[in-house]
Amino acid sequence: MKHLSILAALIAPVAALADPNPADWDVVLADAKGETVYWHAWGGSTTTNDFLAWVGSRVAEDYGVTLEHVKLTSTADAVTRVLFEKEAGENDDGAVDMIWINGANFAAMKEADLLFGPYAEQLPNWTVVDVDGKTVQTDFTVPTDGYESPWAMAQVVFVHDTADMPEKVGSMQALLEWAQANPGRFSYPQPPDFLGITFLKQVLVDILPDPSVLAAEATDENYADVTAPLWDYLDALTPNLWREGKAYPATGTAMFPLIADDELGLSISFSPGAASTAIANFELPDTVRTFVLDKGTIGNASFVTIPYNSGSKAGAMVVANFLMSPEAQARAQDPAILGYGTVLDMDAITADERVVFDALELGVATLSPAELGTVQAEPHPSWATRLADDWAGRYGVAE
Amino acid sequence: MKPRRLLHVLPAVTLLVMLGPVIAGLYGTVLPAFGHLPAAGLIGPTITPFTDLFDWAGLPRAVMLSLGVGMGATVIALTIVALLTAGWSGTRAFRFLERLLSPLLSVPHAAAAFGLAFLVTPSGWIARGLSPAITGWDRPPDLLIVQDPWGITMMVGLIVKEVPFLLLITLAALGQADTQRSAAVAQALGYGRLTGWLKTVFPRVYAQIRLPVYVVLAYSMSVVDVAVILGPNTPPSLSVYIVRLMLDPDIAMRLQGAAAALLQLGLVIAALIAWRLGEHVVGAFGRRWIATGARGKIDPIVEVSALVAGSAAAFAVLAGIIVLGVWSFAGFWSFPDFLPDQFMLRNWMRFGPGTLAALGETALIAIFVTIAALALTIGCLEAEYRHGLRLTQRGMFLLYLPLLVPQTAFLPGLQTLMLNIGLDVGRLPVMFTHLVFVLPYVFLSLADPFRAWDARMGTIAAALRASPDRVLWRVRMPMLLRPVLTAMAVGLSVSVGQYLATLLIGGGRVATLTTEAVALASGGDRRAIGVYGLMQTGAALIPFTLALIVPAIVWRNRKGLRHG
Amino acid sequence: MDKGLILANVAISKGSTPLLSVSTHVAPGDVLSIMGPSGVGKSTLLAFITGTLAPDFTATGAIELDGADITNAPAHQRRVGILFQDDLLFPHLSVGENLAFGLRPGGSRGERQAKIADALTEVGLEGFADRDPATLSGGQKARVALMRMLLSDPCALLLDEPFSRLDTALRAQVRALVFARAKARALPVLMVTHDAEDAAAADGEIITLAPIT
Repeated sequence: MKHLSILAALIAPVAALADPNPADWDVVLADAKGETVYWHAWGGSTTTNDFLAWVGSRVAEDYGVTLEHVKLTSTADAVTRVLFEKEAGENDDGAVDMIWINGANFAAMKEADLLFGPYAEQLPNWTVVDVDGKTVQTDFTVPTDGYESPWAMAQVVFVHDTADMPEKVGSMQALLEWAQANPGRFSYPQPPDFLGITFLKQVLVDILPDPSVLAAEATDENYADVTAPLWDYLDALTPNLWREGKAYPATGTAMFPLIADDELGLSISFSPGAASTAIANFELPDTVRTFVLDKGTIGNASFVTIPYNSGSKAGAMVVANFLMSPEAQARAQDPAILGYGTVLDMDAITADERVVFDALELGVATLSPAELGTVQAEPHPSWATRLADDWAGRYGVAE
Repeated sequence: MKPRRLLHVLPAVTLLVMLGPVIAGLYGTVLPAFGHLPAAGLIGPTITPFTDLFDWAGLPRAVMLSLGVGMGATVIALTIVALLTAGWSGTRAFRFLERLLSPLLSVPHAAAAFGLAFLVTPSGWIARGLSPAITGWDRPPDLLIVQDPWGITMMVGLIVKEVPFLLLITLAALGQADTQRSAAVAQALGYGRLTGWLKTVFPRVYAQIRLPVYVVLAYSMSVVDVAVILGPNTPPSLSVYIVRLMLDPDIAMRLQGAAAALLQLGLVIAALIAWRLGEHVVGAFGRRWIATGARGKIDPIVEVSALVAGSAAAFAVLAGIIVLGVWSFAGFWSFPDFLPDQFMLRNWMRFGPGTLAALGETALIAIFVTIAALALTIGCLEAEYRHGLRLTQRGMFLLYLPLLVPQTAFLPGLQTLMLNIGLDVGRLPVMFTHLVFVLPYVFLSLADPFRAWDARMGTIAAALRASPDRVLWRVRMPMLLRPVLTAMAVGLSVSVGQYLATLLIGGGRVATLTTEAVALASGGDRRAIGVYGLMQTGAALIPFTLALIVPAIVWRNRKGLRHG
Repeated sequence: MDKGLILANVAISKGSTPLLSVSTHVAPGDVLSIMGPSGVGKSTLLAFITGTLAPDFTATGAIELDGADITNAPAHQRRVGILFQDDLLFPHLSVGENLAFGLRPGGSRGERQAKIADALTEVGLEGFADRDPATLSGGQKARVALMRMLLSDPCALLLDEPFSRLDTALRAQVRALVFARAKARALPVLMVTHDAEDAAAADGEIITLAPIT
């Protein structure tokens, strides 16, 4: 055995030796200086793009890290790239240094051993993260195990223009009734868009008597039965959707102009503060407000992850750590900037840091943490995959 | 290598640069289409990718979209151009329209598509202009205009961009055929202006513009950026579906994507064959029509319709650019207000810095690619002049080949191939890929003026003991300054407008104005789209403006170079 | 060695069709006129002599200039000057720059400018150096074209229908000027024309080419 371990140490990939150790933060900082980090992140939201650019300027200033935002139309693109690089033997300096990732893609990458880590829980700012109060250690029920670090909290909210829809609705059933009474005034992004699938899951979670079945992997046995009420629901909803469901908005933000133009009276968002931000940017009228369902809505954390073959792991960790800093978190929560929920524990940060958070005006359309109510758990990612495929077969190929 | 020898091999190098990536890309498509993708540990051959593809419920519709939109856009654009030229060439209205449409040629497809979308959606500028006074709408009607399942808006978006292209090509062809006298003779025989032109001139002109028409057909069938912006999504057109499959994290999807790419290639080939057969049918009917001796009673109606259609195309692009501009400066702007509540620089302050970075990348790529294309083109033309190495008719076909093979058929293959052999994606490969598309246009743009140059100038210069190089640089190039700059402007605008090549071969790392603008399409932020669309248009238009202004300034004291 | 221009058994054909054959000697200061109907290949013969024969023609025989065989020399090293019916002044250069283009390299700036000024004076165009050639009259352009060619110091002069674009009054004047300058420099001149008056004025040998049947 001893011989084997020596042998293993000798032939261990050079990359493993060169990988920075997150526990040795000073070395990480030294390594990071001068590195360029290609952060692959969805680029469809201009407010997010602006925030990422700001992060870039800050990490350049403080740590000498150059951050390049590679604007994706689909996160899957970055995953594919890493997968291909692995197959092609590019193990040391891949194109992707960091990915803004969601549950399904994270699960896929983790399973395929494409991630660097664990690193997240050794980052200096991990100590101020609200580990107990927020779902930062599981992603779509999959344990993160330190392979991704959180940087924002998201929760489903419904965005309504009070000029058209004065009262909130408390359940998905009530939402269906509203849509039937107001045809053409509601839509959701077309799956497989992230938010579109979230809408499907939200319906399912809300209309199932017992949604706990969703916490486990979907099986061939239970999938059809569990989801049958969802398809009934959508069959009833679709003819009453915007454009009678023959076209869908591409993304969540694409629905804002539709509300501004009075085409939609109701839509869905995964960012409790986005509506306020959009009002500040003249993208939404100031009559817009948000609400959540009586039983609560699905919530999760946004994570970043570092591919195993990044050539700038130290730089990526510095960026990931900066994202969890009170400075970045406060800026992200500012509805004039981004309006994302923080991942930090307000009791763990210093009083001075807390002042900044307390001073933030949440914005007219943003619910307070209390109003946001219960956060419902994300179903296991296997549900999302099947729902997306099924949806495309039923509604994505209109005849 | 001696310069003399270099000139001899240059035509071959040029063909290699232009066709190499196309052939490599097709090769890279065929293998995975049959399940062979060693990089992913998949060994073929198998037909599973095709069976997977044919299992997709959206396939029939996607195929119909590709065929219908491609054929429809080409037929309608060609008809408009033919009738417009037939009815109006030589008139003041025509010259005005020509002047209006020429710069519109350089407007990138994506920008024109965004502009059109901003005009015609139920909440677009047209509806705003008519509401509520005429329509009675105080909120946008729930009409499926943009992204309609039949792709009609997408087809219109292609038509408004192809009309300027075909019109300019037709005008160039008119210059080479003795058309004016034929038309005059026909009119003297009592034929209406339009009928006379169609019967005597059109057959000759069509023979000359046939290849560009094929290019329009192949392009319209496989376009991606316009389809992303204006096309349907339930299901999308075949090309959009291919791109989606190529970007899927599931490798098996990539195989299916390659199979779909081959299907797309087959569709385009089939459509080209069908078009060729259609030419014979139309030709036969045409001859019958000529034999009837009909003089063209309804000419005036058709002429006016053609003028209206041509003007509408110009209007759609122009007004589209204006509405992009309005959005880029807009504060809150709700329906049915014709103008925003307030105009502000805020959007430009927000997105300006981002566009500048993208503009830098765009310019860097476009300038390098255009200079390379220009060098190869001048080299080829000079080799032809000095050594008689001239492309045959078949050679001309080769020049058009990169424009006839659908991008979605070979670019995904090229990307897969590069990943397979471990080549890094990024700016340099993007430049090489752009060259494939830029080179034919630069060549086609410069070849005619280059060849039309009075060769006796060269004889005189040689008799004055000037070496061939001195003749080229001191006499020919200065005299051809304007066409050279125009060819450069064409090259720059083609490079600026490239979407798929930049997206796939750049691996997402190369962010140009066009990729950024199309990426914004999914976000739907109209102010950002306005800023990017306007920057994109400017990046393509400014070189054309310079190509007009620079020669006028440089040769302001040289009357002999003012025209042409 | 033989001064002048010698065409030794020159035969030109297009593809396999023979076009013309000619054998002659033009002595320095002499003018040889070549006449014949259009399409007989007069201009083709000149192209062969200047070294700019199009690739679809083939030629045999030899061209000697002042004793040197220039049959296969590159066009710009033959020292054969040519004038066409059009002035073909370079439109992007001023009158002076056109002349400078022809003037052999060497000499100081001042010397070169003086030579150009002298050349302009020689043909009555003093002070025209900065003019745009497009603003000149037909006769003025013809004179500039002539001087540009002469400044390049050729050993022979070819004329391709050189006066046919000029009106009658101007024509005699320019023709006299060209012949006088060529004679003054003792250049062998070969003129292609279909105008009998030109040939008569040349006062030299006349060859009439007839189509080979």
